[in-house]
Amino acid sequence: MTDILLSVRNLRVVFPHRHGDLVPIDDISFDVKKGEIIGFVGESGAGKSMTGAAIMGLIDDPGMIESGEIWLGDVRIDQLDAKRLIKIRGKRISMIFQDPLTSLNPLKTIGDQLVETILTHLPVNADQAKRKALIGLEEVGIDPGRFNAYPHEFSGGMRQRVVIALALAAEPELIIADEPTTALDVSVQAQVLELLKKLCRERNASVMLITHDMGVIAETTDRVAVLYAGRLVEIGNTASLLSSPRHPYTRGLIASTPSVEHGDISTHLYQIDGSMPRLDALPTGCSFHPRCQDALPRCRLRQPEVINKSVACFLYE
Amino acid sequence: MLLIILRRLGQSFFVLFLVALISFMMFRYVGNPVDNLLGQEATVEQREALIEALGLNDPLFIQYFDFVTRVLQFDFGNSYRGALPVADMILERLPATLELALVSALFAMFFGVVMGVFTAINRRGITGNFILSSSLIGVSLPTFLIGVLLIWLFSVELRWLPSFGRGEVVELGGWTTGFLTVSGLKSLILPGITLGLYQMTLIMRLTRAEMLEVLRQDYIKFARARGLSERAVYFGHALRNTLVPVITVAGLQLGSIVAFAIITETVFQWPGVGLMFINAVFFVDIPVMSAYLLLVGTLFVMINLIVDLLYLAIDPRIRDGQLKRQER
Ligand SMILES: Nc1ncnc2c1ncn2[C@@H]1O[C@H](COP(=O)(O)OP(=O)(O)OP(=O)(O)O)[C@@H](O)[C@H]1O
Ligand code: SF4
Ligand SMILES: [Mg+2]
Repeated sequence: MTDILLSVRNLRVVFPHRHGDLVPIDDISFDVKKGEIIGFVGESGAGKSMTGAAIMGLIDDPGMIESGEIWLGDVRIDQLDAKRLIKIRGKRISMIFQDPLTSLNPLKTIGDQLVETILTHLPVNADQAKRKALIGLEEVGIDPGRFNAYPHEFSGGMRQRVVIALALAAEPELIIADEPTTALDVSVQAQVLELLKKLCRERNASVMLITHDMGVIAETTDRVAVLYAGRLVEIGNTASLLSSPRHPYTRGLIASTPSVEHGDISTHLYQIDGSMPRLDALPTGCSFHPRCQDALPRCRLRQPEVINKSVACFLYE
Repeated sequence: MLLIILRRLGQSFFVLFLVALISFMMFRYVGNPVDNLLGQEATVEQREALIEALGLNDPLFIQYFDFVTRVLQFDFGNSYRGALPVADMILERLPATLELALVSALFAMFFGVVMGVFTAINRRGITGNFILSSSLIGVSLPTFLIGVLLIWLFSVELRWLPSFGRGEVVELGGWTTGFLTVSGLKSLILPGITLGLYQMTLIMRLTRAEMLEVLRQDYIKFARARGLSERAVYFGHALRNTLVPVITVAGLQLGSIVAFAIITETVFQWPGVGLMFINAVFFVDIPVMSAYLLLVGTLFVMINLIVDLLYLAIDPRIRDGQLKRQER
């Protein structure tokens, strides 16, 4: 099993709260293989960003990982102290956030921010760091002559390229990209994704790509994980999951996605009835049962387990 | 860039013009200069002669013009009391006030920022919360009470520091300084703290609030995600972004420090312009009062200008943003 880079085992994240704890991540397990791009989809609030934050060790106060394990190669990273965590963050795992407008410090030049990151992680001197930064900029398609420009001097798409250069600066093995293109113009979304994909493939780096967009999943990812209300409901190869989804929620999600192949986009999109429950009002049993058209009597009583590392639903037991 | 600076200069001049106008109106209409100069028993001829000599019969705008011309030559007339030139009185007393203001400003800025950053980083710590709640005292106690308390503790009980005056001063080409003698420095401590305490708590609270706000920003999260150390995150990224608004406010506070100095100077019998103003009010010494008003007004305007220019230098977004607006 040496081709597994990251392994998340039974992860449970808890936010202690006056009226009982909130559990945005409950018993999630998955592996990320070396060099693969794995997508994470699910409605807003499903726990996609929280999963990324847990891996990075960046869960906001007062949240914490209550149980479960996160392994990066043969290092367990969910219990590291701050000092050792810093050696992982940015160096072995890095993260790209949704909004390139706010991800960069407005008062520092992009060059400074790059050099600072490189100096933090790599054993180089200032000159070598600068040279490396210039190469990094060139790789993401930014004129190295703009080394001393400030973030506000770039367009959104260009800024996200800078963010990508920053995230890749220390040659990490895993990049968690949290909706990297959602905030961008539709016209540049594809370019930025393509760039990210290309650079990661070249480096054999893995990507966890968080998105709402099934189109992005179809075009970019090798595998995909579907989250619902803090749980993993289905995971599998992108092609087979899209062509034959098994979990009722995944089916609904795909049916509600406009497909260009069917020609007319505006024809009657399917919509899953109701909305995802709030964390403080999760139903008993399968969290999806109030919206599930195939619900069985036991769905209300017990929580389905993930079977065969692929789907969590009683229909397949 | 040059355009922005020129425009800001223009605005500053306009404000100064207004300040001069108010000062002039006060000079001209509050109290009666003729009565003040001659006393009630003067004859009608004497009064007429003086009115003519002072140009009080000229049209108003000519009087105003004369007034501004004289002010620009640093001629504020003579004090009604003692008949000394007001300009000389101010020049003699200004160093005392400016040195006191400088000490308080440095005290307020340094401790305000340090404690603000400390309480922001240690948001849940006991020490941080203690500092924060005790800072409420600084905001709510009136200045004179703080001064009196300090005098009681350090001068009366402990006998460590003098309770009034500037101590020994050294004359340096027309400027008297208390920085060069031990007694001069010792004398600065209590009034400096008294005057700066309020500003310090203000700056501290502002720094804390700004820092907490900055720490919530995505670029801080991203800086952490890039693996930068906590120190680099706090002092390399967060502090600079925090200081932009803090400097603005602190700079403006500097102006009010000079204005607030009136109370502190009275409590500590500090021989500055504030004390001079209080005495002038007591004797309705209009030329002194109007000159003081002009002085403080000018100071405010100049500080405002400097802070704005500083702001421009620090924040590249403002630099470019304003440039764009200019071009349109
Ligand atoms: N700091 C926090 N305190 C308490 N609850 C939180 C906090 N941050 C997130 N949550 C909750 O955790 C759940 C998962 O949030 P998360 O941000 O992971 O969702 P997401 O799948 O990324 O959604 P989106 O698509 O909107 O980004 C949500 O219900 C959210 O309300
Ligand atoms: S477990 Fe039951 S309720 Fe949940 S998705 Fe499957 S069938 Fe529907
Ligand atoms: Mg999210």
